[in-house]
Amino acid sequence: MVECQRYKHDVLVIGAGGAGLRAAIEAANAGVSVGLICKSLLGKAHTVMAEGGVAAALANVDDRDSWKVHFADTMRGGQYVNNWRMAEIHAKEAPDRVRELEAWGAVFDRTKDGKILQRNFGGHKYPRLAHVGDRTGLEIIRTLQDHAIYLGIDVHMEFTTVSLLKDGQRVIGVFGYDRERGRFKLFQAKAVVFATGGIGKAYRITSNSWESTGDGHALAYQAGAELIDMEFVQFHPTGMVWPPSVQGILVTEGVRGEGGILRNREGKRFMFDDIPDIYKNQTADNEEEGWRYTQGDKNARRPPELLTRDHVARCIVREIKEGRGSPHGGVFLDIAWIKERIPNSAEHIKRKLPSMYHQFKQLADIDITKEAMEIGPTTHYIMGGIRVNADTQMSTLPGFFAAGECAAGINGANRLGGNSLSDIIVFGKRAGEYAAKFAKEAGEGTIDEKEVDDIAKRVLEPFDRSSGENPFQIQRDLQVAMQDLVGIVRTQKEMLTALEKIEELKERTKKISITGNREYNPSWHTTLDLNNLLIVSEAITRSALERKESRGGHFRDDYPKKDEVFSKCNIVSSKGFDGKMQIVNVPIPEMPPELKQVIEENK
Amino acid sequence: MATATFRIWRGNKEGGKFQDYTTEVSEGMVVLDAVLRIQAEKANDLAVRWNCKAGKCGSCSAEINGIPKLMCMTRLSELSLDLPVIIEPMQSFPSIKDLVTDVSWNFEVKKKIKKFSPRKADASDGTWRMAQNDVNRVQEFRKCIECFLCQNVCHVLRDHHLHNEFIGPRFFVYSANLEMNPLDTQDRLEQLKDTQGIGYCNITKCCTKVCPESITITDNAIIPLKERVADEFYDPLKKLIRLFRKKK
Ligand code: SF4
Ligand code: SF4
Ligand code: FES
Repeated sequence: MVECQRYKHDVLVIGAGGAGLRAAIEAANAGVSVGLICKSLLGKAHTVMAEGGVAAALANVDDRDSWKVHFADTMRGGQYVNNWRMAEIHAKEAPDRVRELEAWGAVFDRTKDGKILQRNFGGHKYPRLAHVGDRTGLEIIRTLQDHAIYLGIDVHMEFTTVSLLKDGQRVIGVFGYDRERGRFKLFQAKAVVFATGGIGKAYRITSNSWESTGDGHALAYQAGAELIDMEFVQFHPTGMVWPPSVQGILVTEGVRGEGGILRNREGKRFMFDDIPDIYKNQTADNEEEGWRYTQGDKNARRPPELLTRDHVARCIVREIKEGRGSPHGGVFLDIAWIKERIPNSAEHIKRKLPSMYHQFKQLADIDITKEAMEIGPTTHYIMGGIRVNADTQMSTLPGFFAAGECAAGINGANRLGGNSLSDIIVFGKRAGEYAAKFAKEAGEGTIDEKEVDDIAKRVLEPFDRSSGENPFQIQRDLQVAMQDLVGIVRTQKEMLTALEKIEELKERTKKISITGNREYNPSWHTTLDLNNLLIVSEAITRSALERKESRGGHFRDDYPKKDEVFSKCNIVSSKGFDGKMQIVNVPIPEMPPELKQVIEENK
Repeated sequence: MATATFRIWRGNKEGGKFQDYTTEVSEGMVVLDAVLRIQAEKANDLAVRWNCKAGKCGSCSAEINGIPKLMCMTRLSELSLDLPVIIEPMQSFPSIKDLVTDVSWNFEVKKKIKKFSPRKADASDGTWRMAQNDVNRVQEFRKCIECFLCQNVCHVLRDHHLHNEFIGPRFFVYSANLEMNPLDTQDRLEQLKDTQGIGYCNITKCCTKVCPESITITDNAIIPLKERVADEFYDPLKKLIRLFRKKK
């Protein structure tokens, strides 16, 4: 039997970003014992990177807002393949979750009458994003962290999870190792919640950190859970492009919310050229009206820069491809121009967008109050993930829950900015609540010791090989392949090539050898992460091949139009009995008439 | 392509030594880029902590040519590349491996500070009213990314190792954020004075100088807290009142 430390918790949460922390808090409040596993240190998870705000129909700034409008906006943004029940729950519960953060110490920016201030964002009809300058994610993770540390939750930091453990179909724990010393640890739990975030590191240009290697997606898949909507990857329209070392770092949509505009090298504001039909009613058709919208004029419609992210990213790609890009292969995002409209614009910009100001000044020598930024699309978020029940967040495996980016459904084909921070607190809470309930009713499972031994052996194999492949190089090769072949614009031919590449890389991965020992060894971590990235990349590619249409974040050059047939289904990937990946279409359940009506009313 | 040499500390708590690595450098690169390139190409097992690469998570703290900084926000163009760039882990925390240190003490300290306790909600929907002006100062403290660079430079911890009696500038900022939150009802002054060692701070301002978030740690957080402590405990009138209160 392999030597490992053993822990027992009622509920075990993997991932300590917003969703994981919120789940842990809820479970602890329900009176069960809770373990929380972080891949990094506590409070460093990717949530800190979220900038613009958290979407909730508080109606503090525009009293016409309500859950209904938020619901309709979310469904429209997701091109109607969302899980409508999740979208409904999300829109209804987000305001309470945001207010609760204030009770736990969050300090949001204020309206004149002292309430939580809300700002405009792409695809949201009314100013809806509660925010703190452009560091809302930091505020939320710190608030949750500082609330959670007093609840008796056992926190395990810098831990790599390598496998789920099962008893029959039921999930009863995880196995992995602490990175500091490389010691194996086994966590047994009555219910397990995954809140493991995204997959950005499958691509070369990404706003995501090294942690976003799709661990949750891949481990869930390996354990037999279903993944859904994996073809829907969000490429955020505005990432930094220059200098090369900062390529991909996020530039918040808040820049456009505050009046920033997009121009090509000819100085033309190109977003007016192509406004999709479903947004024509809601979009300004002249610059004047767009400006008034950003300044809070309730009768104005939003400027086309604030169309959904999938669309804006494609327009930018078009400009670049047709030779109208900026010198370093992006386009210009200009907030400095507002000096024509308001006095003291430099001060205003620094106050509204402090970290953007800081980021460009320090990393690119650009003063955004004076000059335009160069930006281009960056891999930002995956709408797809573990298939869950809308109300309980339980996956297709008993005792196994998922919340946040690694779960799927709420966002459909495209996520609206601001809906991620609300997603994590709404569904993080639900996952914690129902996991605790499950744990209270369930007995302890039995660990299969033989399985544990096998996993441990597999994990240590790369140490036994003396010379071989470098894991960092393989990761790089995968990122290049996915960027070039399964990126913003996709074709069947290229994606088939990608599948071949992925197979090749899987073979090379088996030859990786690791230098050094088990203590804090990044080449070991990268090797294990790589297995996850390969599974996720395959799921993205196979699902994207299956969806022979263009919708939201998924655009096919060979099928550039939306197709009625695909508007009624989701694509599910799972591990077949033969160990190969299976792809099936499943019909989307019929929306109840009252929700249909809400959508009609908000057309 | 241009190259530069980086002298990186390799080792663990048993000891270690500096090792030189020469690698390609290009426009716009930051120190973390160079370290990661060395890791990918020359030293696969080089341990370094980082996440966001944008100065937002506070993971990549280190000492670069002796100055405590975030590696992801230090551009090579700020440094002289004629000599090797010296990169070492933070010196006030125990080594784990290479550039990674054990900062767990900080997480333990935070738990001992009394948590946020808001007054009753102002409105029936459970919300409060606060003016932007009244929260500006607290928002400054809440920018903290917990990089612990301030903890690393403070002489009370670095030279005098008073970790058991002194919580350090990061947690004075944290306490100030709670004490000055208009909604909070808790009193943390006695703790600050007795067990958290605010008296040890002699306002050298080294912490403020290294803060990557430009939080005015000393002037805005520590000095006002010191004044509140002095007011509460050393004002003769209040002393008397407290004496009576205790007797009752
Ligand atoms: S000002 Fe005080 S807390 Fe800051 S470094 Fe000096 S002694 Fe330490
Ligand atoms: S106060 Fe500044 S230096 Fe100290 S931990 Fe926070 S961000 Fe870092
Ligand atoms: S990597 Fe996040 S602050 Fe440097």
